Amino acid sequence: MTTLQYSLCLSGIVRREALRWLNQRGRFISALVRPLVWLAIFAAGFHFVLGVSIIPPYETYIPYEVYIAPGLLAMIQLFNGMQSSLSMVYDREMGSMKTLMISPFPRWFLLIAKLLAGVAVSVVQAYIFLAIAWFWDIEPPVSGYLAVLPALVLAGLMLGALGLVLSSFIRQLENFAGVMNFVIFPMFFTSSALYPLWRVAEASPAIYWLSEINPFTHATELIRFALYDRVNAVSAAIVAFYLIVFVVLAVWGYDPGRGLMARRAGAE
Amino acid sequence: MAPESVVLADRAALSPDAAPPLAVEGLSHAFGARRVLDEVSLTVGQGDFAVLLGPNGAGKTTLFALITRLYHSSKGAIRIFGYDIRRDPEAALRRMGVVFQQSTLDLDLTIEQNLFYHAALHGMRRSLAAARISEELARVGLDGRRRERVRQLSGGQRRRVELARALVHNPSLLLLDEPTVGLDMASRQFLLEHVRGLCLRQGLGVLWATHLIDEAGADARIVILHQGQVRAEGTHQEILARAQETSLKAAFDRLIADEFGKPGSQAP
Repeated sequence: MTTLQYSLCLSGIVRREALRWLNQRGRFISALVRPLVWLAIFAAGFHFVLGVSIIPPYETYIPYEVYIAPGLLAMIQLFNGMQSSLSMVYDREMGSMKTLMISPFPRWFLLIAKLLAGVAVSVVQAYIFLAIAWFWDIEPPVSGYLAVLPALVLAGLMLGALGLVLSSFIRQLENFAGVMNFVIFPMFFTSSALYPLWRVAEASPAIYWLSEINPFTHATELIRFALYDRVNAVSAAIVAFYLIVFVVLAVWGYDPGRGLMARRAGAE
Repeated sequence: MAPESVVLADRAALSPDAAPPLAVEGLSHAFGARRVLDEVSLTVGQGDFAVLLGPNGAGKTTLFALITRLYHSSKGAIRIFGYDIRRDPEAALRRMGVVFQQSTLDLDLTIEQNLFYHAALHGMRRSLAAARISEELARVGLDGRRRERVRQLSGGQRRRVELARALVHNPSLLLLDEPTVGLDMASRQFLLEHVRGLCLRQGLGVLWATHLIDEAGADARIVILHQGQVRAEGTHQEILARAQETSLKAAFDRLIADEFGKPGSQAP
């Protein structure tokens, strides 16, 4: 296969992901409505309950809406990562995985292309959310809109890779409700998305430490700092570390010789 | 190599003494303690319409998964035009077209979008892909409906789209796993005739798995698979002679029933 053929394959995979996203009106709308519900209802309710003191990257006191916006951006990517990877293995859609796997391109390349395609879609969604959030007075500096792009790409890749790992290892995740209960909610709630970790530390050191090792915390913090034109090097390094681990595990999980695909088939 | 020259090279390689489109040798596979395939050997020659006949649970789908490299077998070898599926998957998969038992089309995409995605997965240029897609869709009578979503098509039409898709990259070996399940008589007939025509006119090697005995016509090579073992392999006449029966139905029943005649086993 030539470099041209690799790029044709990659662009075909990205194109399909984009078309699917545009054509599935329900998925498109729910992806936007979900974070907006959190912003409009949840944040409004907690606006008066939770005060957020001045913590980096913020330079003044901020309303709660402003605090949770980066977490909601990360949530868009978490949902997207889970959906684009796991949708491939849901009973009836198991097919789309097969279509991908019988391509003559190396499997690691197909998985990474799939990952990039999911990220492309999630980044567009994130920007649409930011545009709407502007009306809720979430107004980061203009340069922040640009600076957040690499953060969204890195975080999106990591969360998408996590979805791929789960889709290769866990047979029980046959429907999205299971993913919500056992992956999305626990990750979301034990992170810095909804409350600053110093407050969590006061309440429960155990949950604090869980939050500290939670990749979703670092995806959120990476995005939060980037949105305000700052680099959170620690979070960036941790997200990159998890990304590498998840990609290696996903490639390993989908290796035809490892028997994970076979185990899945054997259980059918 | 560009796809155009791949096609030419494949056609050139189809000399009588070239390696057969498909050679399976001593293939065994088990899911845990459950042995699904036991020393399976079979060959599909150039221009062969080979019918893999077996009741449900015979191991047909596992055999397809192994040939298409969804996962590897525990023992044995699979060669496509001499290329070992484990050692040279790219060369093997490039020459193979597959129609899986369950539909693997994206219901929310149009016929054309589904086919372009497949072409991209084979590294085909868009212009070449467009020409091949028109050609294959015209052959299954769906060229005029290429911009319709797959969801709007009937079961028979979806199958025809899948067949067209499997042929877009000009494979020399075509694998179909129970392609007629759930189809009406007319659609079944159309598929059978179309695929047999490909064997005759283009010298395509075909492996057609089914549990419907009447799909094995007089010109077919027949492989009878039962409980993971090849019970018989040969032409229609050879199978009848082997079972000393006059109809294929009776021969099939006798060949798969042998097992039940053994002492200590269940009566049929």
